[in-house]
Parts: sequence; C-alpha cells; structure tokens
Amino acid sequence: MNFALVVEWLIKGVVLVLILLGGFAYLTYYERKALARIQVRIGPNRAGPWGLLQPIADAIKLIFKEEPTPARADKLLFILAPIVTLVPALVITAVVPWGPTMTVFGHKLTLYIADINVGVLYIMSVASISVYGIVLAGWSSNNKYAMMGGLRSTAQMVSYEIALSLAFISAILLAGTMRMTDIVEAQKSIWFVLLQPVGTAIFLIATLAEVNRPPFDMPEAEQELTGGYHTEYSGMKFALLFMAEYDKMIAICLIGATLFFGGFREFWFLANTIFSVDRMPWLGPIYIFIKIVILLFGMIWVRATFPRIRYDRLMAFGWKVLLPLSLAVVFITAVGIILAEQVNPLWMWGIPVVSLLVGVFAIAMIDRELRRKDYARR
Amino acid sequence: MDLTLILFIVLAITAIATAIGLLVSRNAVYAALFLVLNFATVAVFYLLLGAPFIAMAQVTVYAGAIMVLFLFVIMLLGAEKLPKGQALPWQRPLAIVLTVVLLAEAGILLFQRLSITTALSNPEAALNTEGAVRGLGAMLFSQYLLPFEVTSVLLLVAMIGVIVLTKENKA
Repeated sequence: MNFALVVEWLIKGVVLVLILLGGFAYLTYYERKALARIQVRIGPNRAGPWGLLQPIADAIKLIFKEEPTPARADKLLFILAPIVTLVPALVITAVVPWGPTMTVFGHKLTLYIADINVGVLYIMSVASISVYGIVLAGWSSNNKYAMMGGLRSTAQMVSYEIALSLAFISAILLAGTMRMTDIVEAQKSIWFVLLQPVGTAIFLIATLAEVNRPPFDMPEAEQELTGGYHTEYSGMKFALLFMAEYDKMIAICLIGATLFFGGFREFWFLANTIFSVDRMPWLGPIYIFIKIVILLFGMIWVRATFPRIRYDRLMAFGWKVLLPLSLAVVFITAVGIILAEQVNPLWMWGIPVVSLLVGVFAIAMIDRELRRKDYARR
Repeated sequence: MDLTLILFIVLAITAIATAIGLLVSRNAVYAALFLVLNFATVAVFYLLLGAPFIAMAQVTVYAGAIMVLFLFVIMLLGAEKLPKGQALPWQRPLAIVLTVVLLAEAGILLFQRLSITTALSNPEAALNTEGAVRGLGAMLFSQYLLPFEVTSVLLLVAMIGVIVLTKENKA
C-alpha cells in the first residue's frame, strides 16, 4: 500500500464531500431562485448581493435552533437516523468519474475515488440502503404521522428501485460493462440517451421517486402527514435530513449524466475540436458540472409544474407502468445489440425506434385508463 | 501481520457481535438492524475473497431489499416489543441438537480443508479470467443453466401467486 496513494485518496474524498456539502447549500439557493422565477417572484434577495449569502444565513439559523427530542422517542435511533440518511448520499458518488485521467506535475491524477468493475452495482446497492435512514427517522420519532411518512417512503423507494435498476441495465447492456469510466468511454461517439431514450426517461422518473422529489414526495406530503418522517426533527438534525435529500439530487444527476448523457465527455458539437476532453482534460469536470446543473433544473422545473399525485396511483404507476415498460426496454435493447452484432450495425437504430414506439404505446394506454368514466372514483 | 488478516479479525468480531446482538436484543427493530449490519459485514468478507459482484448483490438483495421489508412489517404491525412469553417446549432441546450438528459439520470441514491445502488455492481464479461479472454470467448461462431457469420459474410463480392472492373480489 503506497502512502502517497492513500493521501491522494484522502484528498479526493475530502474534496468530493466538500463539493457535495457546498453544492447542497447552493442547490437550495438555486432551487429557490428558479422556483421563484417560474412563479414570477424574485426569490431570496436580502442576504448579500442577489441573496447569495442566503444559504449561510439559513445554516446559522439552523445551528442555533433548539433541538427537542420527543417524549418516549427512541433516543439512539433518533440521533442516528439523520446520519444514516446522509452517509449513503455522500458515498454513492465515490465510483462516478468526474474527469479523465490527467497528468499534473508529472503525476498521473485520476478524477474518481474508486474505479471498480461493478461500479453500477455499487450504486444500486448504496441506493437500496439509503432507505433505512428515512424509515428509522419515522419510527424513532414516536409520532404517527412521522411513522406513516417513513412507511410510505419505504414502499415507494422499494417499488421504484426495480424500474431504476432495469434502467441501469439498459445502459450496462449498451456499454457492455459495469465500470463507470468504460461506460463514459463507450459514449464517445453517441450518448446513450439517443440510443435508449425511453430507458433514460424511466431513469429520470424513477430517480424522482427515489429521492422523494415532487411530484412523488409522498413521505412528506404536508397536507396529509404534516412533515412526514422529519416532523419531529429540528435544528442541525433536520439540516442533515435536508442535506441528504439535496445531496441525493446532486448524486443522482451526476449518475444520470454519466450513464446516459456522456459523463465528462464534451458535448457532441465540440467533438474533435480544441475543446474536446482528449485535448483539454481539465474541461471534463466543467462539462459534467454543466450537465448536472441542466439536469437539476429539470428536477426543479418538474417540481414547479406538476401537482403531487395520489399515493395509490403512485404505486400503480410504478408497478403497472414503469416495471413492464422497463422490462420491455431491457428486452428491446438486448435484442437490438444482438442483431447489430450478428446481422447489421444499422440494427442499433432499431433500439430507439422500437423503444419509442413502446413508450408511446404505454402513454396511450395510460391516457385510455385516465379517460375511463369510473377512474376518478377509484 | 498483514493488513488483510487484521481486517479479517476486525470483521469477524463485528460479524459475531452483531449476530449475538440480533439474538439477545428484545426489540425487534434493533434485532433487524443488527441483522443488516451482519449482512453488510458478510458482504465485506466477499470483497476480501475477491468476489465484488457477490458482495454487492448481498448488500442489494439482503440488506437493501429483504431487510427493508422485514422492518416494514415489524413497524406496520407495531410488533417491535417482544413479549416475555414462554418458549415452545421442544425448542430448546432441538436447538441444542442442531447446534451440535452444525459445529461438528464445521469442524469436520475445517480439518478436511487443513489437510488438503490445494482446495484453498484461489477458488475465484476461474471467475477472474475474463472479468468477474462476465465470468459469472457465462457460468450462469452455461454450466448452471438449469438451476438458473428453475429459480426464475420459481420467482415467476411467487409473483403470480402474490397477484392472485391480493386481487380484490369483483363481486
């Protein structure tokens, strides 16, 4: 074990955590500003120029807030739950590369913490663990509504995890590997979003449910559950839960950008120019930052646009629409790859065409179901 | 002492401690959480043995899916506090007999392994030749095709069974 290597890992890990924590603070600012603009308001503008110091003011307020623990709450788990929620949100990004390998002062620097050959599987397993914090927060609060919020989120996350994993599989199939850096390299000529648009759409929808964002924010539906699993939390413990939610947003956008939008590779119109990542490796982190900001805007936009859907319909959508659709997408992708390999490379374009047809069919079926007379009464 | 051995000892102690914690804790939620920790420790054992795929599958399936459902049921039923209630009369003798059998089995296997040193020589070598995941997939779809197919049919049957059982009566 090389000492310098350990120090390098340590520095990269600390930098990544700091980026995520700072990113959380300014993501809240970004979200509030974007939401305000969409709703024709101004948004935070008091603290600092353009309200830029607002996140810091929020943090100071939360630090000095009183932190009561509810009576007969399970003290240990009540304190542990925010930590258990936050840690998966931070460690999930460890396998995602945010830049190519570059040479700095004669030292080869890789811009990822770990490049393991089961990278996508690692993401899946960390995502599947991340539900514990929310369940425990709900249960340990000794509060009916918090508990119901926790249970709802368990059911929701377990259900949408399947569609999410199958969306991962379509990217794995196209790349032929689970190693994240190889998946990025496989998208050198064409992004997977073009080869598998329906898979990408499933990924984006399922991640909304996975990180409990509107319109799937059942666990914290205010009108029904006051505050869901974090009803009883305040002060820094609440801040940790909040931080976990926003860091998950950043992480999921980073993963989505890597799996379907070319990762740290340049945009297609910059390929083979001086701005290509091959020529200027330090542009990699900038490209992925731009992609993350765009994807995050999509999430905020969805929050501003769509009303929250009812819980049973959420589950029905997950199980009856997303699951069969994602299975079909995996099947189409696999068949398309085999045909492209065995018969003619042009069959590769059969994948997006057939997937889109199936997607349109699914939307038509949903539309038909919604138009049924007795739908509203069920 | 090399790093792997230190890691192994720490992990072994964690695994045993969490297993004991699972048995003695009177709160079902804590017992379930101890089991999660135990599964996670076992996953790290797989990593030490050079089987990252199995390790990740262990975390995803056992710690991530099955135990979440356990916790879900425990919390939904409000069954977290176990009653003091009496044990089944035949449980204790049966447990003792089964423990003795298990320990004897483990001991025999251990001594067999000690005598045949070749058996320990890198069992994962075959899987690592063309990448662990690729190798595993090839094995599943060639040598172990029948068990694989049977398992998938079993899962399908279970899925259909659940749908049939929970289908509401149209009457």
